Parts: sequence; C-alpha cells; structure tokens
Amino acid sequence: MKIAILDIQGSVVEHLRALEACGVDVVRVKKPADLEGCAGLVIPGGESTTLSKLLSRFGLRDAILAHKDLGIWGTCAGAILLAKEIEDGEGVESLGLMDIKVKRNAYGRQLDSFEAEVVFAGKKVPAVFIRAPKISEVKRSCDILASSGDEVVAVREGKYLATTFHPEMTNDLTVVQYFISMCA
Amino acid sequence: MSEEKNTPKLKKGLAQMLKGGVIMDVVNAEHAKIAEEAGAVAVMALERVPSDIRKDGGVARMSDPKMIKEIMEVVSIPVMAKVRIGHVVEAQILESLGVDYIDESEVLTPADNKYHVDKSKFKVPFVCGSRNLGEALRRISEGAAMIRTKGEAGTGNVVEAVNHMRTLNEGISALKEMSEEEMAEFARTERVTIELVKETRDLGRLTVVNFAAGGIATPADAALMMQLGCDGIFVGSGIFKSSNPPATAKAIVEATMHYEDAAMLAKLSEGLGSAMAGLEMDGLEQKYAERGW
Repeated sequence: MKIAILDIQGSVVEHLRALEACGVDVVRVKKPADLEGCAGLVIPGGESTTLSKLLSRFGLRDAILAHKDLGIWGTCAGAILLAKEIEDGEGVESLGLMDIKVKRNAYGRQLDSFEAEVVFAGKKVPAVFIRAPKISEVKRSCDILASSGDEVVAVREGKYLATTFHPEMTNDLTVVQYFISMCA
Repeated sequence: MSEEKNTPKLKKGLAQMLKGGVIMDVVNAEHAKIAEEAGAVAVMALERVPSDIRKDGGVARMSDPKMIKEIMEVVSIPVMAKVRIGHVVEAQILESLGVDYIDESEVLTPADNKYHVDKSKFKVPFVCGSRNLGEALRRISEGAAMIRTKGEAGTGNVVEAVNHMRTLNEGISALKEMSEEEMAEFARTERVTIELVKETRDLGRLTVVNFAAGGIATPADAALMMQLGCDGIFVGSGIFKSSNPPATAKAIVEATMHYEDAAMLAKLSEGLGSAMAGLEMDGLEQKYAERGW
C-alpha cells in the first residue's frame, strides 16, 4: 500500500518514519501528480495558515478535493484543514471535508503546549499537543475516538480522521496503524 | 489525567512543526501581517532588522515589550523574540510575555562574556546560533531546543551561512568515523557530554531542528541552504530591505518548499525587483558570528 504525505512543511519526516515503521510505502506530495496511485493521504502538523496558502498556490487543494475517496488523516494543523468550520479562521481556507468545527491555538501559546495520555479507540496512547486546536463541535455523522479531559481530540468521519495531537511525535504506532487500516 | 508542560519534547516539538518553513524578521504589526500573508511559519519580533543595527551601531538590546505584544496580537503564527547572549533578565521578561520561542542572539550586543543563558531553567524554548558542531552541541547542552547557523546577519550575503552549515556537516561526518577514544576526547575538548555526542553520531544529525540564518536574501539563497541540509530558513533583513517585500517574502516561502525543483525556482525568482543591497565580508567592521563561543 502507498500512502502520501503532504510535503509543504511541518512534521513530514516524523509521519514518514511512523508510516514506514508500519511497513507501507510512502510518497511525499509537493505537486498534484504525486497523489496518483495512493490509498491515503496524511496532512501533517505545521502552521495551518502556511499550509492553507501553499495548498492553493500549487494546485494541491483542487488535487486533494479530486481525490476525496482517499483515506485522509490530519494531525493538528492537518485537522484544522479537514474541518468544515474554523472559529477565528482568518487567513485559513480549509478543505472542508469533515463535519466538525475547530478553534485554532485554543489551549493558548507554546507555554500551554502539553503532553498527556489519551485513550484512542480503547487503547492508551501518549499524546503530544503543540499549540493545539480544539474540536469545539462534532456533528452526528462523526465518531469520537479519543478525548482528553472535556475535549474531543480524535474524530473519525467515514474515511477521514482528525487528531488534534501528534501521534507522529511518539514511538506508539496505534493511531498510525488505525489510519492505515482505514485506507485498506 | 496528568498533563506535563514545557518538557524538552514539547520545546523541540514546536521547532519540528516549523520545519520546511520560513521565519521572518518583522519590526511592527504591519510587517507581521505581510509575513503571515506570504506564508511565514513564524515571525521574529525585533526593533530593527540586522542591517539597520549594523548601520546604526551602538548597543542593540531586547525590543520594547509593547511592540512584541502588538505583534502577538495580530498574527496567529508563533512569535519569537531576541535576547542578548547571557541576558537572563531579558529572557525572563520575554517568557512572562508568553512569546513562543526566544532567540539568544549574537545580532544583539552580548550582555555576558562568560556564560550563555542556562536555557534549561526556562519554560519557554530557545533557539541559538552556531558556526560548527561543537558550538551547536554546547548550546543544546545548555537547553537550546533549536539551532540555526549564525551566518552573518544584516549583510544579504549568504557566504557565512553556507560556511557554517558546511562546517557543521563536516563535523558530523567526522564524528561518524571516530573511535570511542576520539569521541571521548572530542566531548572533553568541546565541553559537552559523551551521551550527547553519541546520540548525535547515531542520528547522523543534530538532536534538534537546525535552520539557516544570517545573510539569506533571495529564493535561490533559501533553496541553497535547504539543499545543504537545513531544516528551514530564517530571513532577517532580506525581506523588508528588498524593493518588493510581499513578493520577496512569498517567493522565499515557495522556494523553501520547492528547493529541489530548479524550473520552479526559476519561475519564483522572476520579476521580484532588486534584492537587498549586500555587503562583502572583508569590509565589515564587526562580525556578529564571532560573538558567543
């Protein structure tokens, strides 16, 4: 199986290593053509404004929307880009694929970044939250896969997965394997 | 559920999220908006860009907190700010403002000629400049969560940034060939722990993200530094001292993403107007890279 990683900027290598550790082929996507023949796409962590602008400038936004049947997983900034609605979303145009509402930098600035343990689809996993967004609304078509305190931190809707934390920053492959099984 | 904040993983982690991006020097809120609009992953708030510091002379210090706060207000991307080498109190002040990263920078006039800031004591992460492997490892030992080349700030001349990145790469190549005894000797001479030396050798790179800085003025400069193995780019004077800052900023961001695609780089470099005026190294009164050790 071949999984694509959006390679604009951010935690690209971290996702690449995690996917390779699970035994899938990985392709980095800088141009629309790079998406051909892939079963899934990872939108990594990074800065959502930067990712959003460069998605548009290089035709990647349209290319992803033309491959809506792929499994797509967004972590942190990637989760923001998957959401239909962004609170205070000035400067960010999302892909609008998941029926969730998100708020950027909702925990605060870097000093409020944190590590915690969350239960993802029934299994404890380490979770790294860096200037993370919050998922403020989840529509009925979505399944909540993980929460941290009162906050929803992982949501699945059909072939799409959004996590506000960074599984690619840890050695635990639970979420990565979960996503790969979604693409199969 | 127990939550941990300000861990080394989180400090290094924010820099990891900035990889492949461009961090721009800005002196006011208006510049910060231009940088964000161009696609910068973060901004560095400072009162004067390095080329003006160079021109004006005098002691360069931490910026006015009011200006830093205004910039933090108007952009959603991370905001960094600079303190003088060894100036623990400037660092405490910036931490209290809640900036996302502190640059302990040789571009400002050093405040302590013996000690750099003990960065591990702070909650906020730090980035520091380096010219070679030993210097980078010393800063990491002190708690730096990100490294950048020193280059030669405010010159618009990329030659020293290239020199520092090459020297670092050569240092890591040499490290891979060293015997146990040679590594122990290297650790002693460079005043760093053998554990950090071994970890760096095993990774084949620094244990933290490493950006290019100091003299990057064009999209081609940015791509050159990326091809040398940098994780991302700092641009100081290069943007707001060019004839068309918004276009230059956008082109440098795009060049950093497409750094291996010459045809794309040619397209991005078209019609940008004049880049900042550059300076030759031989004519400099003060080399900022020589500050710090």
